Amino acid sequence: MSHEARDYTDNADPYLALQQTQEFGDLRRKFRGFVFPMTAFFLAWYFLYVLLSIFAPDFMGQKVFGNINIGLLMGLGQFVTTFAITMIYSRWASREFDPRADALGAKLDGIKEH
Amino acid sequence: MATLTPMAAGATVGNPWLNIAIFASFVIVTLGIVIKVAAGKKSAGEYYTGGASFSGTQNGIAIAGDYLSAASFLGIAGAIALQGYDGFLYSIGFLVAWLVALLLVAELMRNTGRFTMADVLSYRLKQRPVRIAAATSALAVSFFYLLAQMAGAGGLVSLLLGVSGEAAQNIVIAVVGAVMIAYVMIGGMKGTTWVQIIKAILLITATAIMTVWVLGKFGFNLSGLFQGAVDTAKGSANEKTVATADKLLTPGLKYGKTDTTKIDFISLSLALVLGTAGLPHVLQRFYTVPTSKQARKSVEWAIWLIGGFYLLTLVIGFGAGALVGPDAIAKAPGKANAAAPLLAYELGGSPLLGIISGIAFATILAVVAGLTITASATFAHDLYKVAFKGGNVTQEQEMKVARWAAIGFGIIAVLGGMFAKDQNIAFLVALAFAVAASANLPTILYSLFWKRFNTRGALWSIYGGLISAITLIIFSPVVSGKPVEAATGKSPSMLQGVDFHWFPLDNPGLISIPLGFFLGWLGSVTSKEFNESKYAEMEVRSLTGHGVAEAIDH
Repeated sequence: MSHEARDYTDNADPYLALQQTQEFGDLRRKFRGFVFPMTAFFLAWYFLYVLLSIFAPDFMGQKVFGNINIGLLMGLGQFVTTFAITMIYSRWASREFDPRADALGAKLDGIKEH
Repeated sequence: MATLTPMAAGATVGNPWLNIAIFASFVIVTLGIVIKVAAGKKSAGEYYTGGASFSGTQNGIAIAGDYLSAASFLGIAGAIALQGYDGFLYSIGFLVAWLVALLLVAELMRNTGRFTMADVLSYRLKQRPVRIAAATSALAVSFFYLLAQMAGAGGLVSLLLGVSGEAAQNIVIAVVGAVMIAYVMIGGMKGTTWVQIIKAILLITATAIMTVWVLGKFGFNLSGLFQGAVDTAKGSANEKTVATADKLLTPGLKYGKTDTTKIDFISLSLALVLGTAGLPHVLQRFYTVPTSKQARKSVEWAIWLIGGFYLLTLVIGFGAGALVGPDAIAKAPGKANAAAPLLAYELGGSPLLGIISGIAFATILAVVAGLTITASATFAHDLYKVAFKGGNVTQEQEMKVARWAAIGFGIIAVLGGMFAKDQNIAFLVALAFAVAASANLPTILYSLFWKRFNTRGALWSIYGGLISAITLIIFSPVVSGKPVEAATGKSPSMLQGVDFHWFPLDNPGLISIPLGFFLGWLGSVTSKEFNESKYAEMEVRSLTGHGVAEAIDH
């Protein structure tokens, strides 16, 4: 990376200029506004499951049908939410994030040519 | 149901020559493919990242191949077979962890790095000290991960080839190591990636077939399968297994015993969920695709394949518990790690056992090859080229060092395989995850998301996380001081007959991960260093992907 990195320091200003634009601020806010709450959600849900498993084994061991208990269903629920978040994020990223990010990247090429 | 006559002799299962033949044919076929796709002289970019020429789908399958290591396949299946629900918890942590990579790390890493983890960590900080630190922790994590894979190889070898003598086992491990080095030398990242893709497809297919087979034996009734595992455990000759048979289906069989084991479990869970996105060999896979969109697609594929596979291991694990039984598993060489191969033998006799163990060997080979590339890239690119020579080396010199580093790491792999053979490998991998989450993840997240972050913060976080995690492991019951088990006459600790442990938990994550984050914060706020233009460059590039193509064409 060091070689490339050094080549770019001469042209550092365009990056700085773009970073301070309203659009880039919006892009950053949009990205963080999606990934941070989503991360908080899946971590909270995961640790809820872990803590219930370890501190409330009787609750988790309650049978729902046959030998299938609450703990197992919640465990499978972790799989479901993981798959769901993956799909939701992917759809969000290609619809909401990518076009804006690409546009800003293109704009940067414009600035650098001047 | 749980009759496995060959096991009674405590010797090998199935036909060793068939096992060897299947393994050898896999090696020959994949080596042929490696030579075809990737032989010849390579640039550094081709050797480290396959020239970033893979598609997101290909890379996603390769990531699954890399991640579904011996630990996932043999270790988790064994843990579920013996500990039921508590074993299942491993796979949940291993899977959910991918969301950290998907949402926070993969795309931004792809946009700001080129070859190694240190590319990103040192981007806007002082190159030399941060690269040395990042390389040190990358090598440490890769070493722990490697140890787990080679431990799996040792157990598997003794199970399948009927070699139980120390010396004979070590020779087989050395052969595995030599084949792995051949893959890396000839194929570089491109060849290794293809091996991982082939292996992932074989592993998932074979596991799916076994899953359907097991379910078929229980009338496609999951509840009936669980009951089968409980019933088999109740028929055990071991009083303890009988007493805890019902607990297979509820949490707590392994981790619910005391307050210490409960806290240990929280520590493990934390390490699992935060470790994946800090594993250097996983991060390096993001550089094998050209853009952040392809990196995203890689992780999507990986999540679907890995999640699907772990659902299958739930059935495989309980199937091994029901059809093979805890007694036969405990008696087998390699113990818990032998559960899946034994189940294959129970279902399909020698041919299926041969196929499954051939795939398990291939798994170890492919994962170790990936680790070796990462380690040699770290050594040659971060340490030799940038840190020691200030960037003034030719590509030939760098590649020469990378190849020697690969050989050196391969030798370490072989030596490491001779230790810790009886440890559950899922558990050993969990230690690698703890070190990765403590030493690597804080710096990765801070440098991508926290403006104020600087060199002192990075150094304190990396070294603090690394040293604390490793120190706590050394003084944990994993290394010394677990009471001797009556059944085996040995302590489950790595070292026998000594006890210098003072840290109560097996997994250090609960202490060392928060410490890594805290030190990163503390170091940053006590230092004034801030490179405004590099920060702007890194942030803009990380989000827009600007300049990523130029870095590749270079």
